[in-house]
Amino acid sequence: MHDAATPPAARPGLTRFLPPMPLFLLQPILKRIVARVARENPSLFNRLGPHKTARFVIDPLGLPFGLLLIPNPEALTFRAFHRRAEPESDARIGGKFLDLMGLLDGGADGDALFFSRDLDVTGNTEAVVCLRNALDDVEGSIAESVAGMFGPPGRATLAGLRRMAAKKGDHA
Amino acid sequence: MKRPELVCPAGTPAALRTAVEAGADAVYCGFQNATNARNFPGLNFTPEEMQASVAHAHEHGTKVLLAVNTFPTAGRFNLWREAVDMGAKFGVDAFIVADIGVADYVKRTYPNIRLHLSVQAAASSPEAIRYYAREFGVKRVVLPRILTVPEIKKLAGEIPCEIETFIFGNHGLMVEGRCSLTNYVTGLSTNMDGVCSPAADVHYDKQPDGSVTTRLADFTIDSFAPDEQAGYPTICKGRYNAPNRPDAYYAFEEPISLNLSGLLPALIEAGVDAFKIEGRQRSRAYVKSAVSAFRKAVDSILAGQEPELADLLALTEGQKQTEGAFKTKKWR
Repeated sequence: MHDAATPPAARPGLTRFLPPMPLFLLQPILKRIVARVARENPSLFNRLGPHKTARFVIDPLGLPFGLLLIPNPEALTFRAFHRRAEPESDARIGGKFLDLMGLLDGGADGDALFFSRDLDVTGNTEAVVCLRNALDDVEGSIAESVAGMFGPPGRATLAGLRRMAAKKGDHA
Repeated sequence: MKRPELVCPAGTPAALRTAVEAGADAVYCGFQNATNARNFPGLNFTPEEMQASVAHAHEHGTKVLLAVNTFPTAGRFNLWREAVDMGAKFGVDAFIVADIGVADYVKRTYPNIRLHLSVQAAASSPEAIRYYAREFGVKRVVLPRILTVPEIKKLAGEIPCEIETFIFGNHGLMVEGRCSLTNYVTGLSTNMDGVCSPAADVHYDKQPDGSVTTRLADFTIDSFAPDEQAGYPTICKGRYNAPNRPDAYYAFEEPISLNLSGLLPALIEAGVDAFKIEGRQRSRAYVKSAVSAFRKAVDSILAGQEPELADLLALTEGQKQTEGAFKTKKWR
């Protein structure tokens, strides 16, 4: 198993001084999101091959929590965790939230983010490559599908995030 | 002015549809096995996906070129035969091959389907190319990235088949089709198993100072400082210590991408029939950006206008680009 990442005390930014976020509010939403993506894209799991049971920690830098994904169709797991209690993982993917969203939105290229050092990958590289290829073969945008779950507010949020991502790209 | 075909990469059915939509004249792709040189985990097409994708491409007037461009070893030929048979059944427009046994099988079994000679065959002399054309009916050669534009122009007048050149993407030339560096380190071969730097052997180790060390199996390939651009974890792009060198240096190749957008008019004038964009391992976003940019550029040139060249630097390896040997043999 992959070691947990940088301890929270060593993290820069204000998040270390904030009280722990009530993640229990987030967990059912994440569960719904991953269930929907899986239901709409069953072929996604074929591309994962032997890595369906791999434990992926996704670290959206700047957010006060991380995410654990186990893309096992028999026991799908997608949950948030406090940074002080990072679970063990097989692979770890870290990047700015907008960049990670760009990958799910089909608007960003993972290799380019890696080249520019905006994406960190450690642990089982093969599992990460499988996950990347599986997600990239999903028709349309996963981000859009997820936003659609929350109606007009969800779509408005996505539009705002896309504007922020585009602005960031312009200044890159 | 001859209209060059824009040949675009597709690692997944979604990428194929993206390439078609972005204006590809032809898409090249492969099955999920060792028969093609991008045999990466989670990538490529199942037979069912290939059949549906060929149908989709043809509905939109786009050709599909099937990459069967690795070298079968003794006792494994059936896998390549099956790939060719399935491709023929699904109606692919051409096979991209490197091995003479595979070429011979296609020629004898499917004489009406075009044969393209893969860059993996590393054929760059008129004599070698004429041999493939004569013996196997090869209709197009994908040239290794080692020739200047004037050399390509001269070659075009000396061979009886079309020329395809890379115009964008990975610049890992070495002696294409004969590189054994991955095989030496991992036991898996780029040329026979289709895997350059198999992901299972790639390790990224992040150091406390933010630098990242890249390893392939037990070999350290490079170490990138926190603010330094990174490259692919391939041996040929590694940075090494060597006697009489004060610092580690790129002994073979640098992490850099080919970008010939500035040479397109010269290449068309030289007689190039098809432009190839590398990157079946890349995302839909890459395919969309690169294909759209080159579609626009080629169309502008054909219309007699100055080509608009989109900035593709963000997609390049190490955020660096080169015109390589196409511009000059002294590119390093």
